[in-house]
Amino acid sequence: MPVNVKKLDPKFKFEVMEQPGGENITRCFACGTCTAGCPVREIDERYNPRKIIHMVLLGMKEEVLKSDFIWLCSACYTCHERCPQDVKITDLMTALKNLAVKYGYIHPSFVAQVDALKTHGGLYEIADFDNKKRAKLGLPEIKRNPEEMTRIFERTGILEHIKEEK
Amino acid sequence: MRYALFLGCTVPVRGMNYELSARKVADRLGIELVDISDFSCCGFPVKSVDIKTALVLSAKNLALAEKEGLDLVTLCSACASVLAEANEALKEDEELRNIINQELDIPYNGTIEVYHFVRILWEKVGPQALKEQITKPLSGIRVGAHYGCHYIKPSEVYGFDDPENPVSLDALIEATGAESVWYDRKLHCCGGGILGIEEGIALAMSKVKLDALKKEGVDALISICPFCTVMYEGNQRKIEKTFDTKYGIPVLYYTQLLGLALGIPPEELGFNLNRVKPKDLLAKV
Repeated sequence: MPVNVKKLDPKFKFEVMEQPGGENITRCFACGTCTAGCPVREIDERYNPRKIIHMVLLGMKEEVLKSDFIWLCSACYTCHERCPQDVKITDLMTALKNLAVKYGYIHPSFVAQVDALKTHGGLYEIADFDNKKRAKLGLPEIKRNPEEMTRIFERTGILEHIKEEK
Repeated sequence: MRYALFLGCTVPVRGMNYELSARKVADRLGIELVDISDFSCCGFPVKSVDIKTALVLSAKNLALAEKEGLDLVTLCSACASVLAEANEALKEDEELRNIINQELDIPYNGTIEVYHFVRILWEKVGPQALKEQITKPLSGIRVGAHYGCHYIKPSEVYGFDDPENPVSLDALIEATGAESVWYDRKLHCCGGGILGIEEGIALAMSKVKLDALKKEGVDALISICPFCTVMYEGNQRKIEKTFDTKYGIPVLYYTQLLGLALGIPPEELGFNLNRVKPKDLLAKV
């Protein structure tokens, strides 16, 4: 990916550092331990944690936040455990995703997940059928509270970010 | 031993065999699991969207267990990690706790602990004590242990087992009399975290481990997380079709394996809900 110097935002890394999880990004000395052990990178080269960190440090704000690749971290913590500089890369990826959401670039999969939580009070709907099946197995009934979930979401403002994308 | 049982979203719908076997095993071992009906989502699904909302959801659940004066135990590894991480952050940072508590009806005071059920078996019961209760040793059964990611990592939050060379699940498997077989890519991630983002990558990640297990010819893979099981068992047929290969590898929850060794009949351990039927394994018991 070519670097357009005129488009770089030197303040981007500080914005990332203000996010919970982004604090240690400037510690990176680009050793590549993260990328070498990454199970996602092994399958698809679009995801490359060392490159993502370098792009943030260079100030490639739009390219990072608009990208598909920041959503590809599987959160396995392999790089997080092995990083000699304690960059806490899994937390850093969470910080980048949170920031992308604030700028209106949420991945549709997460719009669907938030929607499911709001509608069903959980990731999956608990239909009568499910509770009947549970009762047959001697398992207690599951009750969900979508109203409470919606109330929490309204208070934290998470729904606003999701509206922006739509 | 008494704990609040946190089921989360996936276990009570897609992992009833896990829940059933965990409850039976706990009962047999004298571990009391208390159901709290107001428990909701752990917060994991919204962490990528807004970490504050995830913390509020975690804290809400922690406060409910705290109100009952109970430590919290999960069956799902993702629930365990997000709740344990939130718990540590809220305990250490009083200012953060105050901010999060403003969003809650019941404030969280930071007085409880979060455990994965398997960690309870490892730390509070112990493989030696388990061994003494085994009535049907599973000798001759060879299985692969799948630790998954969020049961042991981040180690700065957990710290009870080595993230690069864990031993707890192997020791618990061996306590049943079964053999925990070494296999390549034992600590590999199932890919479940990105199934909804890029299914192709997620399935290819699961394939890596299924290939390694096939090579060793194990009787089953032993899972301790509902989402890892969705990947290795629920999606096994799809992986076979996508990559034109065959596995037929049963995936058992550890609690099912332990239940068999404790002499609990298979039909009480939810084996009819296992998608890849472990017929050969059950015949060996």
